[in-house]
Amino acid sequence: MSKKQENKIGLDFKTDWAYAPAPEDTKHITLQKQYDLFIDGKFVKPNSKKYFDTINPATEQKIAEVAEADEKDVDKAVKAARKAFEKWSKISAKERGKYIYRIARLMQERAREFAVIETMNGGKCIRESRDIDVPLAANHFFYNAGWADKLEYAFPNRIPQPLGVAGQIIPWNFPLLMAAWKIAPALAAGNTVVLKPAETTSLTALKLAELIRDSGLPDGVVNIITGAGKTGAAMVNHPDINKIAFTGSTDVGKMIQKSIAGTDKKLTLELGGKAANIIFEDAPIDQAVEGVINGIFFNQGHVCCAGSRLFVQESIADIVIRKLKDRMESLIVGDPMDKNTDIGAINSKEQLLKIQEYIKIGKNEGADFYQSSCTIPSKGYFCRPTLFLNASQSHRIVQEEIFGPVLTIQTFRTIEEVIEKANNIAYGLSAGIWTDKGSKIFNISSKMRAGVVWANTYNKFDPASPFGGYKESGFGREGGLHGLMPYLKF
Amino acid sequence: MATRLEIQKTYKIYIGGQFPRTESGRFYPLKNKKGDIMANICQSSRKDFRNAVVAARGAFGGWSARAGFNRSQILYRIAEMLEGRKEQFISELILQGLTDKAANDEVSLSVDRLVYYAGWCDKYQAVFSSVNPVASSHFNFSVPEPTGVVAIIAPEESSLLGLVTVIAPVIAGGNSCIVLASESKPLCAVTFAEVLNSSDLPGGVVNILTGSSEELHSHFSSHMDVNALSYYRKNKNEIKTIKENASLNVKRIFIYDKLVLASDKAQSPYLIFDNQEIKTTWHPIENIGSAKAGY
Repeated sequence: MSKKQENKIGLDFKTDWAYAPAPEDTKHITLQKQYDLFIDGKFVKPNSKKYFDTINPATEQKIAEVAEADEKDVDKAVKAARKAFEKWSKISAKERGKYIYRIARLMQERAREFAVIETMNGGKCIRESRDIDVPLAANHFFYNAGWADKLEYAFPNRIPQPLGVAGQIIPWNFPLLMAAWKIAPALAAGNTVVLKPAETTSLTALKLAELIRDSGLPDGVVNIITGAGKTGAAMVNHPDINKIAFTGSTDVGKMIQKSIAGTDKKLTLELGGKAANIIFEDAPIDQAVEGVINGIFFNQGHVCCAGSRLFVQESIADIVIRKLKDRMESLIVGDPMDKNTDIGAINSKEQLLKIQEYIKIGKNEGADFYQSSCTIPSKGYFCRPTLFLNASQSHRIVQEEIFGPVLTIQTFRTIEEVIEKANNIAYGLSAGIWTDKGSKIFNISSKMRAGVVWANTYNKFDPASPFGGYKESGFGREGGLHGLMPYLKF
Repeated sequence: MATRLEIQKTYKIYIGGQFPRTESGRFYPLKNKKGDIMANICQSSRKDFRNAVVAARGAFGGWSARAGFNRSQILYRIAEMLEGRKEQFISELILQGLTDKAANDEVSLSVDRLVYYAGWCDKYQAVFSSVNPVASSHFNFSVPEPTGVVAIIAPEESSLLGLVTVIAPVIAGGNSCIVLASESKPLCAVTFAEVLNSSDLPGGVVNILTGSSEELHSHFSSHMDVNALSYYRKNKNEIKTIKENASLNVKRIFIYDKLVLASDKAQSPYLIFDNQEIKTTWHPIENIGSAKAGY
C-alpha cells in the first residue's frame, strides 16, 4: 500500500452525526477562592505565606489559589502525623476499618462533586472522572477498609505491624484516584499519612481533606499539604518519615531513591512506562482496535501504563491501521465537561509543550506522522490523537515516555521478534496482548517483563488487583493483598 | 618411610559454569593462624564481575523458565553433593578457624538449608499468588516471577553457611546471581562452586567471585543489567553507596544486616519473595446467559 493511500481513512464521517453539546452542570460545586494546608485536622495558613494559582487547563482560567508548603509546613505535618500515629496504631483494627469505610461512603455520596472538580482542575473528560476515577477511588477506600482487621490472614506466619508515618507524593494524571491508592492501604495497615498532590491538580485532594475532616477521622492521621517539587523534596528528606511512596516520573523516582540512600526509610516507586500493546494475526481485530484506542487515548494518554507502543503482526497491519484511523476520526476532542467528549484537555501547558516536542522529534526521526482531522478548541491545552507509523525500536518516541495521546506503531513477523522488542526497553509497567488463542496468551504473558498484562483488554483497574512495575517502572505493588505489604513490617 | 607431598588446590572463581582465575591476574594470600599461606585467592575485578553478569543474564531465561519442580530437584541435588563432600568442607572450615563441632554443625545446617529451599521451589508461588475478585467481568490473577539477575555480597563471618543462606532463596525463586564470597573465609566458596558444578545446576545461574567488597560494592550496585542486590554486611558507607547507585536503574536493594545465620529465621519463603516481582494478568470473561460469571 502506498503511503498516500495508507493515510486515507476508510469511512466518511462528514455526515450530520454531530452531537449536540451535553455539558455537565457545574453550578452545584462549591469551591473557595483560596485553599490552606490540611494539617492536624484543620486548614492552616502556610508558613511560607505563599499561594499559587491553579487553573482549568481547558479554559486557561484560574480556579483558585493553593498554599505552598515549605520545610516548616512539612515538618508541622510530619509532627502531626507522628503524634497521631501513637493513637491510631493502637486503636482496635476493627475501629480503624470503620473510619476508612466511612470515608468511602462519604466519597460515594459526594461523587459527582468530586468528578466535576477533577475535570475542571485536571482536564480529563467528565465521562472518565465520573465513571472511572471517582468510583474507583471510593472503592479503594471501601476495599482496604476491610483489610484493617484481617491483616494477619494475609501474611502467613508473620505478625504485620505498621511502619509509622508515610510520606506520599502523587501525580497529576489521576489526582483523586492516586490519593485513594496511597491513603487507603496506608491507613488500613495502621500508618498515618502526609500526602502531597501534584501542583497542577490539588483541588480534589483538598476536597478530600474536607471530607476527611468531616468524617471524624482523628486529627493528624491524614495530612494533606500542597506545593511543587520543593515541597516534595522536603518530605523525602524529612528525618521522621518512615516510608516514602511515590508515583510519578522515572527521573524523579530515581532522585528520590538516591536521596534517601543513607536512611532506613522504606520506599515504593510507581514510575513511568512504555507499554507494548501487541496484536497477533489471530486477534479479534475490531476488539483489538477498540482496545488500542482505549490503551493510548484514555485520559489524553496521561497514563503511566498507556499502551503507547503498538506492535501489529505484519499480515494484518494494513487493516488494523486503517481501522485505527477510522476510529480516531470519530473521537471527540474538546470540552472535558461535555459528556460526549472522548479526549479532554492536556493537563498543563508544560505537558502540552513536552508532547509537541516529542511530535517534532518523531517527525525528525523519520517515522510517519498522522493525526485525526478533528478541530480542537482555540483556548486551552489540546492535542489531536496522533500516530507514528513505521517507527523503529531505536527511535526516541519508541524508547521514551511521552505521556500524551501519541501512539507509535511497529510491525513484527514472529513471536520471538515481538517478545524481544517489547522487552527491549528500560520500563516494565504493563503490556497488552490481543489473540484468540489462550495458550499463546499464557506464553506471551509470562514472557512480558511487566507488572500488569492485559490480555484482550486494556487499562482495567480494580482495588483488588495489584498494580506496579518491573525494572525502571518501579517496585512495590498498589492494590490487592500485595498492595498492603509496602505499608507493613513483619 | 617416604613422605608424600600433598597436592594443594588452586582456588579459582566460578563464572558461567567455568573455573577461571581472575582476568586481572591479582590475588591475595590467605593465611592460617600461624601465619602460613594456605592459598592464593583470586582478587576479582570489575571486569570479572561484568563477565559474571553476562553469564547470569544468559542463564536467567532458561533457569526462570524451568518448572518449580525441576528447580526443586536440582536444589536437592546440590544438597546431596554437599552431603557427599562433607569432610572436605569440615576440614576447610577448621582450617579457617572453626572447632570440629562448629564445622560439623555448619556443614549439616548448610545441607539442611538447601533441602529446606528445595522444598519451597514449587510451593512459594501458591503462597504468594492470588486470584483477585475484581468487580468487572474479568479473570484476574497475580503470580510471583523472579526479578532477574541478582548481585549478592555474602556475609563476611561465615564461609559456607553464609553462602548457602544467600544463594538458595535467590535461585529457588528462579533468579540467577553473582555472589561475592567472604573475603577472609573464601575457601568453602570455591569448593561450593565445585558442588554446584556437579549438581545439574546450569552454568551461569550461580557465579561466585572472591575479593573485596570495598573494591567491588560500587560496581555491583551500579551495573545497569543487575536487577537487584542483597547485602549481608554491616558497613554503613557501603550500604549508602549501594543504595545511591541503585537509583541508576531502580535496583531492588535488600540489606540483611541483622540476620543470624544459624537461626531458623535466616530461612523463609519471605526471603524468596524479596527477589520476586508480582505480575497481574487480566482477561475478559464472556457474559453468556443472564447470570454474570466471575471468580
